[in-house]
Amino acid sequence: MMQTTNSYLVLVLLAVAAVGFAVAPLAAAWAWARFFSPSKPGRDKNAIYECGLESKGDAWIHFRSEYYLYGIIFLVFDVETIFLLPFAVAFTGLSAGGFVAMIVFLLLLVEGLVWAWRKGFLSWK
Amino acid sequence: MIDEGLKSELQKQGVYVTSLQELYNWGRANSVWPLTFGLACCAIEMMAASMARFDLARFGAEVFRPSPRQADLMIVAGTVTKKMAPLVVRLYNQMPEPKYVIAMGACAISGGPFKQGYNVLKGVDRYLPVDVSIPGCPPRPEALIHAIMTLQEKILNQKLTGPERPRHLNADVAGEYPVPAYGPHDLEPPNNPAIWQPPAIKR
Repeated sequence: MMQTTNSYLVLVLLAVAAVGFAVAPLAAAWAWARFFSPSKPGRDKNAIYECGLESKGDAWIHFRSEYYLYGIIFLVFDVETIFLLPFAVAFTGLSAGGFVAMIVFLLLLVEGLVWAWRKGFLSWK
Repeated sequence: MIDEGLKSELQKQGVYVTSLQELYNWGRANSVWPLTFGLACCAIEMMAASMARFDLARFGAEVFRPSPRQADLMIVAGTVTKKMAPLVVRLYNQMPEPKYVIAMGACAISGGPFKQGYNVLKGVDRYLPVDVSIPGCPPRPEALIHAIMTLQEKILNQKLTGPERPRHLNADVAGEYPVPAYGPHDLEPPNNPAIWQPPAIKR
């Protein structure tokens, strides 16, 4: 039991030494900056950007959230293309059940397109 | 303060004595980090100076920093147009103290071949405290290296205490330089009167 405690004590000491090794230079740098260098903050110095230009406007702007609709409509065509090619290749060897399943799948996708069309998302505003 | 003669006598015996000021300045002088900031063709020479052939790394000044927050030295390498001048001053203001300026080439010193141009600043020393000026159009990389060595000498000889101490150790001196604004005809003000005055005309 005593043996185990001692071996872990070494690890703890090592961890403390490692943290001290990392923190000591940072603390020394902080203390040097805090006690020896006069702090001179200013408008330019505290500016966020470093390109030389002043930042304009507000960061809290509105984004149009409608873009997700275009993403969804793209997905309709994208998925369709991916599944239509194997469908066409395997068409002659397809069972009736597989054919019906594929048609249902296509109709589901087309339904999404029809919905978007009815909502008027396809017309450019 | 140790006597210079005693110091050299001790050095002959292999004992090196130094002061905190000398040690501090020695460290600063050999790790000058310039700002990656090229304005015109002088920047090509500046790049060449940092590459393998001229090897600015021998002088500890090869770490070009893309952010002014990490840079000690602004090498104004090229023509400063009046449109660019406020940006140059703003970047200088964003650099942490202690900071230094090298005006590289004829354009940065005086406007150079474009001095007659309506849009060219006739010398960056109108707005910034230039430490070293390098003549040439453009100066060779050796000239830039010489300027860095001159700057190192200047840093090594800086006194950290007393009334002659540099700006960054003097709490009373303002840390930022005024940024000029775009006026209808010229920058406003056309120069920073605290550091540059137009020469008096003698008749």
